[in-house]
Amino acid sequence: MNLTHADVEEILKLLDASPFDELELETDRFKLTLRRSSAPAGGWTQENATKSSGKAATVKPAPAASAAAAAHVEDGTVPVRAPLIGTFYRAPKPGAPPFIEVGSHVSRDTVVGIVETMKLMNSVYAQAVGVVTAIEASDGEFVEQHHVLMRVQPAK
Amino acid sequence: MKRIRRLMIANRGEIAVRVIRSCRELGIETVLAASEADLDSVAARLADRTVCIGPAPPARSYLDIDAVVGAAVRAQVDAIHPGYGFLSENATFAGRCGAAGLIYVGPDVEQLRAAGDKLEARRHAATAGLPVAPGGAVATLAEAEALGRKIGVPLLVKAVGGGGGRGMKLVRRAGDLSDTLHLAMSEAQAAFGDARVYLERFIASGRHVEVQIVGDGERVIHLGDRDCSVQRRYQKLVEEAPAPALPDELRAAMHAGAVAFGRQLRYRGLGTVEFLVDAERGEFYFLEMNARIQVEHPVTEMITGLDLVAEQLAIAEGRPLRLRQEDVAFRGSALECRVNAEDARQDFRPSPGTITTAVLPAGVGVRVDTHIEAGTRVPPFYDSLLAKIITCGTDRAHACSTMLTALANCRIEGVANNLALLAEIVADPAFARGGVDTTWLAHWLTRAETHASNS
Repeated sequence: MNLTHADVEEILKLLDASPFDELELETDRFKLTLRRSSAPAGGWTQENATKSSGKAATVKPAPAASAAAAAHVEDGTVPVRAPLIGTFYRAPKPGAPPFIEVGSHVSRDTVVGIVETMKLMNSVYAQAVGVVTAIEASDGEFVEQHHVLMRVQPAK
Repeated sequence: MKRIRRLMIANRGEIAVRVIRSCRELGIETVLAASEADLDSVAARLADRTVCIGPAPPARSYLDIDAVVGAAVRAQVDAIHPGYGFLSENATFAGRCGAAGLIYVGPDVEQLRAAGDKLEARRHAATAGLPVAPGGAVATLAEAEALGRKIGVPLLVKAVGGGGGRGMKLVRRAGDLSDTLHLAMSEAQAAFGDARVYLERFIASGRHVEVQIVGDGERVIHLGDRDCSVQRRYQKLVEEAPAPALPDELRAAMHAGAVAFGRQLRYRGLGTVEFLVDAERGEFYFLEMNARIQVEHPVTEMITGLDLVAEQLAIAEGRPLRLRQEDVAFRGSALECRVNAEDARQDFRPSPGTITTAVLPAGVGVRVDTHIEAGTRVPPFYDSLLAKIITCGTDRAHACSTMLTALANCRIEGVANNLALLAEIVADPAFARGGVDTTWLAHWLTRAETHASNS
């Protein structure tokens, strides 16, 4: 079986939204273990082993092993994702200043935006400690669950 | 008088289905005004015709007055039914319907304004002799401080353009009044385009009891009361008719008060007068008036045998009331549970998605108003109401036991839902006794949470 990078990302997304700290997935031909890391920025570590077939699971280890659903991408930032599908807002109400800007310092429970779903306003938390380096979703944009809203450079 | 032969429904979900059903009964052709997200909805399939009024976000479809009125004119309908929510209490919309030669199924523009302006509604209520909580309009901090001293804390700062739990701020200490007042005014300006606020004494614990009225502009009658005290964050969850455990004199005084308020407005249409009730002290206060059909109207239909949408349409045609007060008879007791796409175990997180299974209850004394079936997509753009399960019985205990069976026989899969929570509420001994207040559910949920984390 071929496990693509996209597959692993999808699994990581599911895990991120789950209360579990560890996933072990074992099939006839391979074994995949994902563990939530204890680092402040969260994230996942990956181990995978191919079984007797000898055919390697086609997982690119470097990007897939990144954190908070494929978190530590090449530039080392952590994505802040939409907790659920809906409309993303950067400010608490129209005309108000945005919750955060590029350069803002955030901690895990800093509210960085709102996603409106079914007429309810859901706070988006940074879930990481560090500095906002990019805001990738625009105010009023309709986003899918797990869509990357912004990126945070984790504090060392 | 003008017959309604073709009607546009400017709404969606279960209320659109509900209005279509009455229209079918009455031989009225229906045109559904739907957003792009609702073109393959159950309501769209049931309507004689569906027209698209814009993209999914409400501001660009269901709240777009030009789009709705334009579609109605093109479809050559005689009337527009606004349902609840969206444009249902929008005086500008009602005025635009009239200007386009369309019947607006609802009260007159002036009455919509009077009910929508919470301060004016309060004045009308006081003129009609209804008790209102101590309070009044304030334009400046000095006025607010003077009035605040008179009514005492805790008090509420309420937006004149608010209502339904929106635009309210609680002041617990007199020293907080200044900050809260400024915040409330700027928020009211942002949310309602109207910075005016008023103060009102905060009544911490009370029951939410409302009286259904109907008027033809000359005569006003009441169709009994409903209790909607089981609420979470001002969102009603379980409603019933009649309100349980109310002394006869108090109930009669509320009915009379609601009718007096309707007469004061020379009300034409279906409306609900909401009261906050202190049952122990035998006191009640006017809260607000809703000038539209309510979500919970079926419990009134169940105990009166009336079709409230049919009455609404008859009045909209300009007919006089078909009922005298003495013609309205109340039988038994009815309960409504709102089944929402929300996950009670995850802080009521909304759960849009696609319904994979919808097994809805049926049987003697069971009614389900819904817009879902297997395959229905529940979009993230609108409220989370999936279905209303309504039961009735010879008395309240009977309606409750029928409800528990109905809830147990209901299965909805594909999106999270609150069926289990509803069953726990209805089975709770305090609810079974009847007469819980509006803070009851919040306390109940906190207890349930503590219990879950301790076990």
